[in-house]
Amino acid sequence: MAITELSHYQQAILLLASLIVLTSFLMLGQSRLLRLVFIFAVQGILLAITTALAADVLDSPHLYISALLTLTLKGIFIPIMLQRLVLNMGLHRDMETLPNPARVMMGGTGLVVFSYYVCLPIVKLSPLITLNTIAISMAVVLLGMLLMITRRQAVAHVVGFMSIENGLFFAAVVSTYGMPMVVELGIAFDVLVAAVLFGVFFFHIRSSIDSLDVDQLNRLNEVEK
Amino acid sequence: MAWLLALLQTLLFIASAPLLAGWLKKVKCRLQNRRAPSLFQPYRDLRKLWRKEPIVAHPASWIFKAAPYIVLSTTVLAASIVPLIAVNLPTAKIADVVVLIGFFALGRFFLALAGMDIGTAFGGMGSSREMTVSALAEPAMLMAVFTLAMSASTTNLSVAMNYVLHTGLVLRPSFVFAMLGMMLVAVAETGRIPVDNPTTHLELTMIHEAMILEYSGRYLGMIEWASQIKLMLYGVLIVNIFFPWGIAQNFSPEALGFGALALTLKLAALTVVLGLSEVLFAKMRIFRVQEFLSFAYLLSLLGMLSHIILEVRH
Repeated sequence: MAITELSHYQQAILLLASLIVLTSFLMLGQSRLLRLVFIFAVQGILLAITTALAADVLDSPHLYISALLTLTLKGIFIPIMLQRLVLNMGLHRDMETLPNPARVMMGGTGLVVFSYYVCLPIVKLSPLITLNTIAISMAVVLLGMLLMITRRQAVAHVVGFMSIENGLFFAAVVSTYGMPMVVELGIAFDVLVAAVLFGVFFFHIRSSIDSLDVDQLNRLNEVEK
Repeated sequence: MAWLLALLQTLLFIASAPLLAGWLKKVKCRLQNRRAPSLFQPYRDLRKLWRKEPIVAHPASWIFKAAPYIVLSTTVLAASIVPLIAVNLPTAKIADVVVLIGFFALGRFFLALAGMDIGTAFGGMGSSREMTVSALAEPAMLMAVFTLAMSASTTNLSVAMNYVLHTGLVLRPSFVFAMLGMMLVAVAETGRIPVDNPTTHLELTMIHEAMILEYSGRYLGMIEWASQIKLMLYGVLIVNIFFPWGIAQNFSPEALGFGALALTLKLAALTVVLGLSEVLFAKMRIFRVQEFLSFAYLLSLLGMLSHIILEVRH
């Protein structure tokens, strides 16, 4: 489908999908943890709006519930929790020096092209309007992985992990009219539990290596060389 | 008739450019709680500079004297091919947006030569910085233009605006990205605050100003005027490509009047956005500029990708 043949709601879904990718790129280039968490919250809110619009366009009202869940969990609750953690641990003044942000970003665009290439046969299969965005959701997943690879801070890893989950959720919404309600509730609960567990893990990591820089976990020897 | 109108439009363009600069100053002063100079202060400044005798340094060659004329004339030519209040004018039809970027490059080339001509340290430093910034900004600009061209199947500005007008309101992701990328490029190319400070007096932080330190009198007036036209050019490009509604599609007086009114309002609004960003952001270190511009490039590239992924029929 060319975009001019779609209704404005459908166009809005495509627009929001592209904004979600943009937030993923912003996360890649962000070196301060608090801003990273803030952009993650923005991504969650955008995802919730997209889900609500998809509920309207695809005429499946149960998506409104998942939109509400996404908004409360990923837009508000988890970001606030991560923010508290960052503030409690005094990490908000840390600046992680990214070795070469421009190169990482260009690698990210490579991932977008790759996911487009991979998803092209799937898009051709079905006449579903919003299916074009499946490449976008896969790109969000890959960009989340890239974020986890390029960072050393454990908090950034968690944000990357959560944004992978965002990408998967987005793919489910746009390609299959959303998952069954039971699965969706289960995943939402899982994410919540994961967020709490990560909080506990942060304290464990910090008490054992006195930092949240996971690169230091590579050292297995007890004494400093 | 159409040619006369095109000429009039160009004259209107270059005559109202200082007014836009005055309005920008007014917005900024308002936001910083200062008393603003009159809207017509840029005209008075230009008149003052025009009357003064230009002083030319000893070692200056002909390039130094010719550069202001070249800069001003290329900018005026560039202004003549951008549709201001009406589309389908003959001047807009003979040149497309690649020519426009070429005009900018030509003017910048001579300005950079003139900066190095005298042989002072600051001039050479300014030229080198300006060329660095423009070498990074131009790909982003071209990418944004190509994104537009892929939707409208043309690089001609007038035809592209017609296309956007006729398809009506379409929420294109690619246009949003291209617009953001173009705004960042415009900030870099016109030397506004996060990249360069046009009102600075500290030579070490200058980019554009360092090149024109040696100019005075009439020559300085021409360069200032050219940079005001350039600021307006980018503003008109952004508002007329992405929000062309209101622009005159025939040459009746009512349509032209409405076009002028719509353009004034759109430009005034865009200038408020620019003023806000200038007040909110501090000037970047020169070594951060490449990050800023690579982000602009990324935005334009994402625009192109989102056009291919989301907007076309598969």
